[in-house]
Amino acid sequence: MLTESTTLLILGGGPGGYVAAIRAAQLGIATVLIEGESLGGTCLNVGCIPSKALIHVADEFDKTRHFAANSPLGISVQSPVIDIAKTVQWKDGVVAKLTSGVALLLKKAGARVIKGFARIVDGKTVEVKPADGGDPWRIHCEHLLLATGSVATALPNLPFGGNVISSTEALSPATLPKRLVVVGAGYIGLELGIVYRKLGVEVAIVEAQPRLLPAYDEELTKPVAASLRQLGIEAHTGCTVRGLNAAGNAVRIRNLAGEERELPADRVLVAVGRKPRTEGWGLETLGLTMNGNAVQIDSQCRTSMRNVWAIGDLTGEPMLAHRAMAQGEMVAELIAGKRREFVPAAIPAVCYTDPEIVVVGLSPHEAEAAGLDIIHAHFPFAANGRSLTLESSSGFVRVVARRDNHLILGWQAVGRGVAELAAAFAQSLEMGACLEDVAHTIHAHPTLGEAVQETALRALGQAIHV
Amino acid sequence: MGIYVIKMPDIGEGIAEVELAAWNVKVGDMVVEDQPLADVMTDKATVEIPSPVAGKVIALGGKAGDVMQVGTELIRLEVAGEGNLKEGAAAPAPAAPPEPKPVPAAPPKPAATELPPPPPQKSALVGRHIPTPAPARQPGEKPLASPAVRRYAWDRGIDLRFVQGSGPAGRILREDIDAYIAGRQGAATPAPQRARIDWEETIPVIGLRRKIAQKMREAKQHIPHFAYVEEIDMTDCEALRQQLNANYAESRGKLTLLPFLIRAIVLAVREFPQVNARFDDEADVVTRYGAVHLGIATQTEGGLMVPVLRHAEALDFWQMAAEIARLADAARTGKATREELTGSTITLTSLGALGGIVSTPVINWPEVAIVGVNRMVERPVIKNGQIVPRQMMNLSSSFDHRVVDGMDAARFIQRVRGYLEAPASLLVE
Repeated sequence: MLTESTTLLILGGGPGGYVAAIRAAQLGIATVLIEGESLGGTCLNVGCIPSKALIHVADEFDKTRHFAANSPLGISVQSPVIDIAKTVQWKDGVVAKLTSGVALLLKKAGARVIKGFARIVDGKTVEVKPADGGDPWRIHCEHLLLATGSVATALPNLPFGGNVISSTEALSPATLPKRLVVVGAGYIGLELGIVYRKLGVEVAIVEAQPRLLPAYDEELTKPVAASLRQLGIEAHTGCTVRGLNAAGNAVRIRNLAGEERELPADRVLVAVGRKPRTEGWGLETLGLTMNGNAVQIDSQCRTSMRNVWAIGDLTGEPMLAHRAMAQGEMVAELIAGKRREFVPAAIPAVCYTDPEIVVVGLSPHEAEAAGLDIIHAHFPFAANGRSLTLESSSGFVRVVARRDNHLILGWQAVGRGVAELAAAFAQSLEMGACLEDVAHTIHAHPTLGEAVQETALRALGQAIHV
Repeated sequence: MGIYVIKMPDIGEGIAEVELAAWNVKVGDMVVEDQPLADVMTDKATVEIPSPVAGKVIALGGKAGDVMQVGTELIRLEVAGEGNLKEGAAAPAPAAPPEPKPVPAAPPKPAATELPPPPPQKSALVGRHIPTPAPARQPGEKPLASPAVRRYAWDRGIDLRFVQGSGPAGRILREDIDAYIAGRQGAATPAPQRARIDWEETIPVIGLRRKIAQKMREAKQHIPHFAYVEEIDMTDCEALRQQLNANYAESRGKLTLLPFLIRAIVLAVREFPQVNARFDDEADVVTRYGAVHLGIATQTEGGLMVPVLRHAEALDFWQMAAEIARLADAARTGKATREELTGSTITLTSLGALGGIVSTPVINWPEVAIVGVNRMVERPVIKNGQIVPRQMMNLSSSFDHRVVDGMDAARFIQRVRGYLEAPASLLVE
């Protein structure tokens, strides 16, 4: 069997793995990255990027339909049609551009990429089966970085197959169904449900919890719930899924009162979450300490085995590409001998629903639960000039700060286009900004960002525009 | 009127307590800004504590000889306007009660005449800006610092949990890290902080340096070196040298030890021709030489050069000295010819006073021997049962073991030693 040696061996070429590889190679560490499928992982191939591409298409399509129906903007068009095959082709082009870009960056940095499937032999040895079917070989390494990501969780009574699909299939539809039932009203289910609805599909969403986006506070989710009603998406909250009906053309659900009903569906998207990809590559041979179904790590992404590191979704929530990237970069620097620790003030999270939601840091409820004496304030987009010119006056920005020294603890926003505010929010938290820092920074007019400044002013009791 | 309390300042050496050496003022005195109040002594020096404000001394916090904690009350002044002691704040009792002082019988003179002259120069002393400590973080509260400051701290091995922040909301600033480092280093050693130096410089190995590198690599790749070190009693040789210099320095020039060493080698190689040779290892031929063309390792600005003293066997001490001086000069000024730099049959290397006690010289390939001269130093030696001071010096030599046997090399060096220890024999042809 062919053998070779390297300093750092990375399993998985997703956002965590490829960033770690680039940074490590930049730092002069001999690095080998093993990826069985496409570089970029879930994020680039079947997650963030393709979903945002489809959201863009759906928004554009929805806009033209809006114009076709006597728009107050004075624009009128013929009613639009969509060629979903072409849409998917375009989306695939965007994905291909990004994944080939990643390959180029890796090459430029000097990291070696092996297309193949890895199987752990021990903490320092991995056996690779090349994707092209060649002979397997062994790679010895000083450091092993596990970055295998996550997989969609299946429901036992609604296994994937046939018309029951995961987000991966939902992002590459050959045709559009007439009726789609989405199981799970988390951000993935809502994002895709809204896309399909905007493309003309009848959509029903089923959620076991009593409200949509149960991971977010209710005030933030209200504008989204209102938007769903306006779009004509049925939301069945507090309902559990019993499975498909006998004919396989409807989903049986049961509400809290125990009443069952059937939701007709010619396609069912199960989006009930993701779980760490811990199976099928020999992880169990290491006997690492686990944290539930995730690999347990410390604040330097060390596992319970020396020089075996883990990052990203494999290590559990929050399963976010930007978290994995930051972890990957840090691990590379640690291996290069630098002193680092993964202690972000906050990891921003964005929901690309319509309207968008962004949360960074603590919500008022979380801060109070942590025993902090806080002040909080919100500023509605209805009072923001830029929002009105964009026909999107729903939503608000909210800030949470300590009462004693006005240190900002968290930002939340809901509204069209607020995802981009994540940068300002995260930076203010990382810089340890106080309300005054934001309130007394001149924000450009007219922008959505003015709402951020006004929120801080309002928390200080100095708001101008409300 | 307010009360102004001056605390024993941190005088910047990372120490927690200082000795109050002397008071320069007493209760009732009027002081002006910058006037020295007290002398305090650290284990390093005595420093003056100047007054940051003008006012009247109303209490002293200790007496001369007291050891005081940094931060404890040193002196209390009555000042015009608001002081720095809040009304009603629990005023700590001075460590020593103010000495009972009789109320001056005469009414106080106008302040203008009472004020002592200002100190001749502003004291550069600390104590004027006593940093007020930032409110401490509550236990368990996470340190607050921007990502850049976090990295700055990590790169210096600082745990942020131990650093107090001076920014808004207790934010740790870069300056706080610097202050923490300074304080920590101060505690260990009061020396100024040593900056890390991270620059690197890439120097192309070209020209003479490349030549040297090639030669050295060839020598080490081709030649299995072995080293032999012997101790030589140079007392008599040194006496001879000094005698010759006393008699002939003016007429013939001064002699260093080198001509004596060379002469000893010249005579010794007559019995051991295998060390005065060049080995063509590709042709498997050793060429021995009757002549002694002696390479002399010479440091020049550009690097090591080995000019050749040709036919050393035909030169007397002064001729050698003159020729060595000429060659060294030619090498150092870059005027040495190719002939002057090639063709040596054996090499001598000496660092003079820097010679150390042992060296392992690299043979000047394709020669087969090199003699290294170590430092000559007076050492106690037992001679005839007596401990006597002798001028002792080591010779560290390397030989090509492929063509020079250890026994022969040892004998060769012993012959050299014999000549040097009985220097009259150097003059015998």
